Amino acid sequence: MKTVYLNLMKRFIPLSLVLFVAISACERSVDGLSEPTFTENPNVYIDGFSSGLEYYPFQGSKLNAFSVDNQNTYGNSPTSMRFDVPNVGDPTGAYAGAIFRDDNGGRNLSNYNALTFYIKASTASTINEIGFGLDNEDNKYRVGVTGGLRVATYWQKVIIPIPDASKLTQERGMFWYSAGPVDGNGFSFWIDEMKYENLGTIGQPRPYIENGTDNISSAFEGQAYTVSNVGVTFNVADIGDISVNASAAYFKFSSTDPAVAAINADGSVSIVGGGTATITAELKGVAATGSVAITSIALAPIPTRDAANVISIFSDAYQNSPVDYFNGYWAPWQTTEGQDDIDINGNKVIKYSKLNFVGIEFQGEKTVDASTMTHFHVDIYVENTLKSSDFIQVKLQDLGVDNIFGGNNDKDGTVRLSVTSTPRLTNGSWISADLALTRFTGLSTRSNLAQIVFITDGTIKNILVDNMYFYKE
Amino acid sequence: MNKHFTKFSFFFALVFLLNGCKEDDGGGSRYTKLVWQDEFDTDGSIDPTKWALDIGTGVELFGQPGWGNNEQQYYSNRPENIIIKDGNLEITAIKESFNGSAYTSAKIHTKGIFQTTFGRFEARIKLPFGQGIWPAFWLLGDDSDGSLVWPAIGEIDIMEYRGQQPTVVHGTIHGPGYSGANGVTDSYALSNSRFDSDFYVFAVEWGPDFIDYYVNDVLYNRITPKDANGIWVFNDNEFYIILNVAVGGWFAGFPNNSTPFPQTMYIDYVRVYSEAN
Repeated sequence: MKTVYLNLMKRFIPLSLVLFVAISACERSVDGLSEPTFTENPNVYIDGFSSGLEYYPFQGSKLNAFSVDNQNTYGNSPTSMRFDVPNVGDPTGAYAGAIFRDDNGGRNLSNYNALTFYIKASTASTINEIGFGLDNEDNKYRVGVTGGLRVATYWQKVIIPIPDASKLTQERGMFWYSAGPVDGNGFSFWIDEMKYENLGTIGQPRPYIENGTDNISSAFEGQAYTVSNVGVTFNVADIGDISVNASAAYFKFSSTDPAVAAINADGSVSIVGGGTATITAELKGVAATGSVAITSIALAPIPTRDAANVISIFSDAYQNSPVDYFNGYWAPWQTTEGQDDIDINGNKVIKYSKLNFVGIEFQGEKTVDASTMTHFHVDIYVENTLKSSDFIQVKLQDLGVDNIFGGNNDKDGTVRLSVTSTPRLTNGSWISADLALTRFTGLSTRSNLAQIVFITDGTIKNILVDNMYFYKE
Repeated sequence: MNKHFTKFSFFFALVFLLNGCKEDDGGGSRYTKLVWQDEFDTDGSIDPTKWALDIGTGVELFGQPGWGNNEQQYYSNRPENIIIKDGNLEITAIKESFNGSAYTSAKIHTKGIFQTTFGRFEARIKLPFGQGIWPAFWLLGDDSDGSLVWPAIGEIDIMEYRGQQPTVVHGTIHGPGYSGANGVTDSYALSNSRFDSDFYVFAVEWGPDFIDYYVNDVLYNRITPKDANGIWVFNDNEFYIILNVAVGGWFAGFPNNSTPFPQTMYIDYVRVYSEAN
């Protein structure tokens, strides 16, 4: 067996040399000023690691998951790669995962259209993620098999198409995988004959963004918008359709209004002006299904009142009074999600979604003495369309002189905002509510204010909130 | 040893390059006189002096929709289904509710316009894709004003294809005693390319007592009277050309959720050659 193998190698080497010479001769530029090119070596693992390749495990993965195996090999191959996925609870790691990186500067894969290999496993299972294009640096051209890769106990050929190989002129991420236990059980799998190929059997690229649906979204001016659920479905003759998820960097994006949503040089989208723009994409000239219509949201007006006359709870214009939380997640009836976690270039905004009610609390030493103040200000942006019965109640809670909840001296008052109130609720733009404290009927004391509560009973589900402060005129 | 091998490789590469650059000259040695063609070079609708359209579901002819094959489409003459664009005839199958059918497509033929006996019939085509898509380039024999019926009229399927098998085409003849599933047939499979990725020339060279099947320059089957389990009906009748894209039907099966629509067959040209005197 061994002798035959060596003979084959002898025959193989001259042929590949001839082909290499022929290809090089065609591509050499006449003026001699050709750009430096990287190796087109297609091999990742044939009978061992190809030149320059290094294994880098992911953080938290089983570090010794990978080994070279000379028992379970494909065909007459002397060795294969073996990967051991740990059981749940294995102290050596919760999963197996790594990248295989070319540390000789990268490879030119632009003449191939797929990563191919043979795989089998100790038990029929699923490898959660598997693909190429991760280099642990910018991971620019990531590709993974959508939905993971199902593996059997016998060798099967796997073909992972490259969305647009012309991008991969210096790719370092030759292969990556991440596999966790299935139903608590680890398993082993073997991969052999891994290489890049140019297969004529791959066709019918059907790219998609936003999962192929026409979505509606909103984003703040100055914010980047990440087009999500991007990928391509290919057909491989005699195998069927295969879908890969891919980095947006493979795609060329277009905006119906670059003054609203601009496409940056790296393909990312930035919201730069007011209005609505629809983002579409193409891959190698094929239009992607799916789109996203992004309505830009301007930031709330910047407050101009003199800080000397203001006690601020939430605003970037003032020194804010300390707050316990912007969402108490009050069990069991509250559905509201979100708090002060949106930051647009230093301008913080609160987004409440699934709103029924939500409380902002500042107790104990944090209570606010608004006894000399005359107004409460809040900027609200309603995303939903509005019906006449929809409302937002703004409730202020004072704890009384004892400065604790209860004690028979708590006072509160509520102002109800609707499409007929002053100010009037509208959707799709900021409303600046300057609410005289006298409108909060029942709020007879306000030296120990401890809560601001928004109540909609689900009539209005998505709002943005900014610039909450008390002031005097 | 190595030296010899290298020389041989260079020689081989050279031959390959020359072949790769050679223009397809269109005819075999025998049928070289171009007698009919449509190059589809003028954008717009089809040339009525060369083609006629079949419209509908075939219910009038067959008593039920489906053109005798349980096909699911309605053949229309609308530009969405048939148009000449960028130098190609495009026949497009669309998933849409139309006059009681779930799909639309188009079918054209030269019956009564151009009919002949013997010759080379060729078309350069890029095929569509998907489960249940059934495009065809075929010939039917003249029915002598209805006095002959299929399969006695004869049928030469130059190219048939199942959209779910993008590497395989089929060439078949039907006649009395060898029709339907019993037609005389062979297929041609590509090993590392696809019929929906590039254009291919599909041809028959048809003469007395033989029909030769080609894909590009490859002769992949010859059918003669001894292959047919019945009367050879291809030595005197005149035949006409048909191009269509069916959706569903017994041959390709039926489309499913994975079938992408629309699907287009691109035809660069159709040419017919006869024997040079």
